[in-house]
Amino acid sequence: MTYFEFLQEHGLTLLLGTVTTVKVLICSMILYVIISMIFGLMRLSKNLAIQGIATVYIEFFRGTSLLVQLFWAYYVLPFFGISLEAFTAGVVALGLNFGAYGAEIVRAGILAVPKGQWEAAHALNFTPSKRIKRIIIPQIFPIILPPAANLTVELLKATALVALVTVVDLTFEAKQINSITWLSAQCFGTALLIYYIIARFALVPFLRWLEVLASRKVGKERV
Amino acid sequence: MEMGWRWDFTIEILPQMAIATLNTILAAGVGYAIALVVGLFFLLGQRTPFKIINWINREIVEFIRSTPLLIQLFFVYFVLPQFGITLSAWICGMITIGLHFGTYLSEVYRGALEGVSKTQWEACRALNFSTVYTYRRIVLPQAFPIAIPGMGNYLVGIFKDTPLLSTIGVAELFHAATAVGGYNYRYLEPYTLVGIIFLTLSIPAAMWVRKLEKDVNKAQGKIKK
Repeated sequence: MTYFEFLQEHGLTLLLGTVTTVKVLICSMILYVIISMIFGLMRLSKNLAIQGIATVYIEFFRGTSLLVQLFWAYYVLPFFGISLEAFTAGVVALGLNFGAYGAEIVRAGILAVPKGQWEAAHALNFTPSKRIKRIIIPQIFPIILPPAANLTVELLKATALVALVTVVDLTFEAKQINSITWLSAQCFGTALLIYYIIARFALVPFLRWLEVLASRKVGKERV
Repeated sequence: MEMGWRWDFTIEILPQMAIATLNTILAAGVGYAIALVVGLFFLLGQRTPFKIINWINREIVEFIRSTPLLIQLFFVYFVLPQFGITLSAWICGMITIGLHFGTYLSEVYRGALEGVSKTQWEACRALNFSTVYTYRRIVLPQAFPIAIPGMGNYLVGIFKDTPLLSTIGVAELFHAATAVGGYNYRYLEPYTLVGIIFLTLSIPAAMWVRKLEKDVNKAQGKIKK
């Protein structure tokens, strides 16, 4: 069987899997961005309880393996009466895991905003919430986007793991086709290529565009 | 099926899990050792004066870095036998982890080398030191401390990615948990134990890396506060 014939026969299946992968990616991306914002801010709170919760959350999810969290969400939560659909379990586990890493990026980003900005906002008598919302947050984007872009590419790679909790994504389909045809090189090679194409020609350019946008917004032309 | 946590079951499976933990640590250690060496090769590819090799090297690194480790594992495990190379799951896993993280480590090495000030090179040239001597006595001793935190981070990273090896049948911790869970049809205790074991091993490791990072920064006089 030539590679072309392989694509003709299984291309559509792989493509459908790719659509699921992209769906998982987008959902977990939204979730992890929200979570990292919330916990990144909580981590900097002066209230020790809030700070403690954030620290425990971050250390817990960074300390254990994503695969373990994924299996826990899918196979163990039903013991506590919470049955999540595979897709939901996957997105939640990915979002929580990457949210923990993202929170650290957000925290570092906030700390990297020059002290003078805080002081100026203080001097102008802005309320604490306005200070964060209008002065600090807009300035952290140019700082946090480059590391966040790396993290998001990691997220794309991590979405492959949801196949192991029976989400029918690209990896799942590749495995499935492999077990039927035993054309391993074609299956997994194609899957690798598709992931590569998504990362290199869609995700990374999109994230670069965001970076340019963010630095333009605060009046910094990209160097 | 009984709900809730069962201590007797936990204690029953504990020895099995402990042995599997040793396998996980072994896998992480061997994978890391391979990655350290592979990283050096990618670094060499990056620094050779031949433009074509640089380019090929960069594309390979880029490809490996932007595709999932899981599928790379499957690829190595299922495709090599088609070319007549049959390797055990352990070896396949170690090769893949070594390659995958080798690309990351090469970036760490590169960053460390670039972290050594240019003037150091110029001074060595002015003193007419040979390239080997420059690397061995001047550049590497300065670059190594810069690389330590990054290298430590990836050790922890590899450790946390070892559960993926269970998908090709390497008998590490996660594999043991799945087997025990499937056998007794109870996943609560095994998977929770895996989580706890990972936490107890990786949090101290991460703290140690953070301390190293601080020490390195301090030694280089980079801490301003």
